Amino acid sequence: MADSPRTDPDVDLRQPGDRVELRARPATTLVVIAGGGVLGTLARFGAQTALPHRPTGFPWATFGVNVLGCLLIGVLMVLLTRVWVGRPLLRPFLGVGVLGGFTTFSAYVLDVEQAVRAGVPATALAYLTGTVLAALGAVWAGETVTGWLLDRAGVGRVAG
Amino acid sequence: MTVLLVALGAAVGAPLRYLTDRAVQARFGSAFPWGTLTVNVTGSLLLGVVFGAAADPAVSALVGTGFCGAFTTWSTFGYETVRLVRSGARRAALANVALSVAAGLGAAWLGFAVAHLLAN
Repeated sequence: MADSPRTDPDVDLRQPGDRVELRARPATTLVVIAGGGVLGTLARFGAQTALPHRPTGFPWATFGVNVLGCLLIGVLMVLLTRVWVGRPLLRPFLGVGVLGGFTTFSAYVLDVEQAVRAGVPATALAYLTGTVLAALGAVWAGETVTGWLLDRAGVGRVAG
Repeated sequence: MTVLLVALGAAVGAPLRYLTDRAVQARFGSAFPWGTLTVNVTGSLLLGVVFGAAADPAVSALVGTGFCGAFTTWSTFGYETVRLVRSGARRAALANVALSVAAGLGAAWLGFAVAHLLAN
């Protein structure tokens, strides 16, 4: 078991496994993260291309990928600690790479500024706060529902 | 072509986020998510520069969509914030959101303004 609950899903130096992973297999870890990052980013790019928004419109594609990515990271981190234990490359691939590449903070911030610049501050504010509330709620829901389902199924209950 | 540039940017951005987060934690500890804050603010600054300079579509795809998109992250930021709330550190969670959004907006604005000024 880990020393303390994980805070950072990318890398948390309080986790013994995270501390040694880069030294143990540097090339594999970085290549796996890069590969996951490419897959996640291309999925986001696909969504942003399929659902483009005008500067005055609500950026639904970026809103959607950020909220969905937050839901999935909540699910993933519970599965990694309770079901997929002892698979050291899954977190770098799915968590750091795929979900990290799928979601984006920079585009979120720039969308807000573009909406302000385009003269629609109400849209900017709705997008800014709406993303925060929906995304944090999604992490919460992903963790809670996955934990509840695993409890019900009697899977991977953490001992102690 | 655009897809390849996006992929190339992401292939560099994602591992660089991991390495940066790791380096910041090694220096400043990992109780507060300084590492994620660092990548998100830096990536926002860079994306502001790309837009402010009105870079051509190839550069936007490579650096903007690919690199900045994969270098920054909402999923990690969201997960860390919820973990702070769940562990009882509500004030730190609120500070993380306020600081990330404010510093990200400031950085993107600064990057945009400086690049816009230099490009014109």
